Amino acid sequence: MKAFITVVGKDTVGVVARVSGLCSELGINIEDITQSILQGMFAMIMLVDIAGCNVSHEELRSRIDALAGEMDMQITLTRQEVFDAMHTI
Amino acid sequence: MSMFNTGDILETIEMFTQENLDVRTVTMGISLLDCIDPDPAKACEKVYRKITTRAAKLVPTVDAIAAEYGIPIINKRISVTPIAMLLGACPDADPVDFAKALDAAGKAVGVNFVGGYTALVHKGFSAGDKRLIESIPRALAQTDIVCSSVNIGATKAGLNMDAVKMMGQAVRKTAEMTADRQCIGAAKLVIFCNAPEDNPFMAGAFHGAGEPDCEIHVGVSGPGAVRAALARLPKDAPIDEVASLVKRTAFKITRVGQLVANLVSRELGVPAGIIDLSLAPTPAIGDSVANILEEMGLETCGCCGTTACLALLNDAVKKGGVMASNHVGGLSGAFIPVSEDAGMIHAAETGCLTIEKLEAMTAVCSVGIDMVIIPGDTPASVISGLIADEAAIGMVNSKTTAVRVIPAIGRKAGEVLDFGGLLGYGPIMPINQKDPSVFINRGGRLPAPMQSLKN
Repeated sequence: MKAFITVVGKDTVGVVARVSGLCSELGINIEDITQSILQGMFAMIMLVDIAGCNVSHEELRSRIDALAGEMDMQITLTRQEVFDAMHTI
Repeated sequence: MSMFNTGDILETIEMFTQENLDVRTVTMGISLLDCIDPDPAKACEKVYRKITTRAAKLVPTVDAIAAEYGIPIINKRISVTPIAMLLGACPDADPVDFAKALDAAGKAVGVNFVGGYTALVHKGFSAGDKRLIESIPRALAQTDIVCSSVNIGATKAGLNMDAVKMMGQAVRKTAEMTADRQCIGAAKLVIFCNAPEDNPFMAGAFHGAGEPDCEIHVGVSGPGAVRAALARLPKDAPIDEVASLVKRTAFKITRVGQLVANLVSRELGVPAGIIDLSLAPTPAIGDSVANILEEMGLETCGCCGTTACLALLNDAVKKGGVMASNHVGGLSGAFIPVSEDAGMIHAAETGCLTIEKLEAMTAVCSVGIDMVIIPGDTPASVISGLIADEAAIGMVNSKTTAVRVIPAIGRKAGEVLDFGGLLGYGPIMPINQKDPSVFINRGGRLPAPMQSLKN
């Protein structure tokens, strides 16, 4: 159950810590992480395994949305299958 | 970070979050052939029971997949066997009772629309067809989520001109009976030539007699994603590159649709039917087919060059989508509804886009004159004439064409009608009011065209 978490917005202190803190709390294992500046915006991508997630998909989404609101950044969580479908033949 | 391409990931996220890419509809097709009963009350009960049983888990399943995978899925819908086929068995039934059964069943399972208050009369009327057509205005006034369609022509059958006359009257009457609700009834009624039997999009969805008992269709969308991709292409890039970029974008969009179809089919244990590769615009800024044509290099949609750009777009969407999906069906192409597309609304408001230009565009788009608001005093015969013109284009070119016009009762050209939501709003467009009634009143069947010696 691999998924990508993307975090896009104005760079601030503690972005990685707060997102990875939420992952840790919810039992989500971070497998890989990258970050870059994209058109002046901070962009972080995490490859995670949500198989061990200890809350429902709906709860997970609302927690992510809440964190995005607090940090004033856009955070998405999308299953790996979506990217595989769109970008591989 | 060799495991994934950050550019691909961010492109996908941008398509979902900034460019309105979504799966527009997951539509469950349900056959009602086993609900036919000479007792109308029993037939309606069977209809209600079959829909609420088959589609019981449709909405929660689709919503759960959307949440789990992070794919926006906008509508959940149901299409059913043309109700005229059920009506044939019960000559004394009030057809509207069937519409009410569809409405109640659809609401019980929480879908957005139920399509299939339909008659297929391209070659003539069978038992039930005329009664269904005559009941359409009442049915659409007395229900909320039922959609109606009538197929009045086909390339191999010609055009049923008696039905063309009836449908002009039905469109007008439907608008009159919902005049207190922005004439919304007429927005739920579409008249087809060469109607596809597996279309997941409303208002024209119905479940054809050759389809299986139950199946899942998916309609993808994403004009905003195509427009954004074209906006990044240099304005002096050759048109071949425009076509190639549309194909590549359509491929990606369609693959999302196929993924959703596979997931829903597996979860519900219902076979996957078709993917409808359509660019279906919404009134959201940028999510517009007109804006795509303008990105190709037109000052405003409707100017000279519009038909050529639309032909390219319609063709490239199909070429890109075909390889991305297992089975293609439905309408598949670019929709050009006026009230549902901010760019079309703008073009119509400024007078650049006219009904005559729209008619030309329908020769190369996926459907037809769609969501066009016409003056409230337009006679039924003029609407019938428009239906006949549009059907002739579809019949001769072996493609689907359709008419969905809304006569704005009590209003004139230049005023606005606002439906809200995905149906949008739009200016009332002037239509040629000269009288074709002698032609329309002739009735009969306009012969099917030659399929060779084509020039």
